[in-house]
Amino acid sequence: MNAPDVSLLPLFLASILTSNILLANFLGTCSFISISKDFKSSMGLGLAVTMVIGICSAICWVVLNYLIKPLGIEYLSFIIFIIVIAGVVQMLEMIIDRFSPSLYMALGIFLPLITVNCAVLGVILFLQIRNYNFLQSVVFGFGSGAGWWLSIMLLAAIRTKLDKNNAIPAGLKGTGITLITIGFMAMAFIGFSGMIAVQ
Amino acid sequence: MSQILTGPLAVAGVSTILALVIAILDKFLNNYGDMEVSINSGKKKLTVKGGSPLLGTLAAEGIFVPSACGGRGSCGACKCKVLTDVGPHLPTELPYMIPKEIEQNIRLACQIKVRQNLEIELPEELFSIKKFKAKVESLKDLTYDIKELYLALEDQGIEFQAGQYLQLVVPPYGDITESTQRAYSMSSRPSDKKHVELLIRLVPGGIATTWVHKHLKQGDTVEVVGPFGEFQIHDTPATMICVAGGSGMAPFKSMLHHMHETGAFPEKEIWYFFGARTQKDIFYLDELSKLSSTWPRFHFVPALSEQPTPEEGWQGEVGLITDVLDRYLQGKIDKSKGFEGYLCGSPGMINACINVMKKNAMAEDKIYFDKFA
Repeated sequence: MNAPDVSLLPLFLASILTSNILLANFLGTCSFISISKDFKSSMGLGLAVTMVIGICSAICWVVLNYLIKPLGIEYLSFIIFIIVIAGVVQMLEMIIDRFSPSLYMALGIFLPLITVNCAVLGVILFLQIRNYNFLQSVVFGFGSGAGWWLSIMLLAAIRTKLDKNNAIPAGLKGTGITLITIGFMAMAFIGFSGMIAVQ
Repeated sequence: MSQILTGPLAVAGVSTILALVIAILDKFLNNYGDMEVSINSGKKKLTVKGGSPLLGTLAAEGIFVPSACGGRGSCGACKCKVLTDVGPHLPTELPYMIPKEIEQNIRLACQIKVRQNLEIELPEELFSIKKFKAKVESLKDLTYDIKELYLALEDQGIEFQAGQYLQLVVPPYGDITESTQRAYSMSSRPSDKKHVELLIRLVPGGIATTWVHKHLKQGDTVEVVGPFGEFQIHDTPATMICVAGGSGMAPFKSMLHHMHETGAFPEKEIWYFFGARTQKDIFYLDELSKLSSTWPRFHFVPALSEQPTPEEGWQGEVGLITDVLDRYLQGKIDKSKGFEGYLCGSPGMINACINVMKKNAMAEDKIYFDKFA
C-alpha cells in the first residue's frame, strides 16, 4: 500500500487545527484537564508531550517499517510501540531532570505519565493505519504534539481567567466548568474541519 | 516455530536497545563531576561525586545525619540547613516542614541531590557519629517477644551518653530487597565502649525486628551507626520519674547502671515505673529489685495491668501504669526537689503518662520522652 497523497504543510496544519488530537479525537485528556490549572506547567508539559510524540513517531515509523512489517509481527505492534514510548519518556525525564529541575518538579508525576498519555499511542497508531511515509509521520507527529500543546495553553489561559470570575455557580466550579469549556473549544476546532481534510 | 520466536525476540531486541541507550544516557547525564560540600561555613570541606542525594553522599564521607527510614523520605528526620539555593522545596519534603523551616531553607538531606557546590549547616555533634562493624556476641530471649542483642564493636569503640540510640543496619533478606535502618536505644553502660546492648521487641511484620528475631545468629557481623539522640539525664537536683513499657526498658537500664556505677548526678532520686501486662512480659525483675534494695536513692515500681492469680505470687503493683503513677505522684514520692519526667515506650503510653504528669503539676518542658512510632 502506498503512502496517501497528502502534502506536508496541509498535513501539519490539519494535525494542529482541524484534526487536533485533543479536541477532535479526544486523546490525552487526563493530563490536559489536571495540568491546565497552571499556565507555566502547561507550557512545560506541552513542550514535553510535543517532543515525545514527535520523537516517538519517527522512531516508531522506523520500527514499524523495518522490523514489524518485514517480520510480519503486526500483532505485537501495540506492545512494541508502548515500549518505545516508555523508553523515550524515560530519556526525556532524565534530560529534563538534569537541565531544568524546576520544570521537572512542576511536572511531577505527569512527566512519567506521558508514557500512558493516549495521545502519544494514538498518533502512532494513526500513522500506522494511514500508512504515512517517514516525513509525513514526523510532520504529523510534531503537528499533533503542537496541537496538543496549543490546546492545553488555550485551556490554561481560559481557566486562569475563569478563576478570577466569581459568577460561576458553585456546583460548576473546577472540573465542571472545565469540561464545558473543553466542549466549546472542541466545537470551535471542529468548525474548521471542512477546510483541510486529512485521512 | 520461527513465528513463535521472532515476536518475543523482536520485542526483546527493541527493549534491549532502548535500555542500552538509557544506560549510556544515564552515565553521560548524571555525571556531575566533583562537587564541594562545605559544612558549617567552611569548618569541614568535602570533595564528593555529584549526582546523588545529600544524605548518602555525606554518609559515604563518614557523616551520618540521623535518618530512621534510611533515605526513603518517610521519616523526616534528616533535616539540615542548606545555604546554597537548590530550588524550591520538593513535594516530598513539604509534609515534614513547618513554615518557619521552609523560610530558613531547612531541607531533607535524602531528597536533595548534590548538583552544585553546596554550603550546609549541621549540628557539631553529628561529626562524632560513626558507622561501626559489630559481632553478635549473644542474642538472648528476655521474654517471649523481646530479645537482648549484645554486640561487640570492632575498632576503637563508641562514646555515648546513657539514653542515646543507634541505627541498626538491616541488610536485604528474604523478600526484602533493600537495606534498611532502624533506631534502637542502647541499654548498655556508656563506660563499656567496646560493647553495646539493644533490646528488640518483635513487631509482627516489622522488617528489622523480624530479621533480628528470626534470621540473626550469634557470631554474625552487623553494622550500626550512632550515637544519636537527646534523651539524656538532665543535670539538676530534681527527682527523676521514669516510666517505661516493654523494650522501653533500654535507655533506663543504661542510665541506671551509669549512675550506679559512676555515682553521677548524686543529688538525684530515681523512681522507675515499669508497666507490663502479665508476669510473662516482665524482664530484669530480679536484677532491678536487687539494685533498688542496695541503692538507697533508686526505687523500682513494676506494675502488672492484668490481675495476676494468687499462685503467681506477684508482690508488685497491680493496675494500669498510668493509675499506679498517679497514686505515687499524689502521695508516695517526696515533692520537695521537684520532678523531671523521663518516658520511653509506645506513643499511647507516653501520651497517657504525660497527661497524668501534667495533672500532678509537673511542667511540660520538664517531661522528656523517646517515642517508638
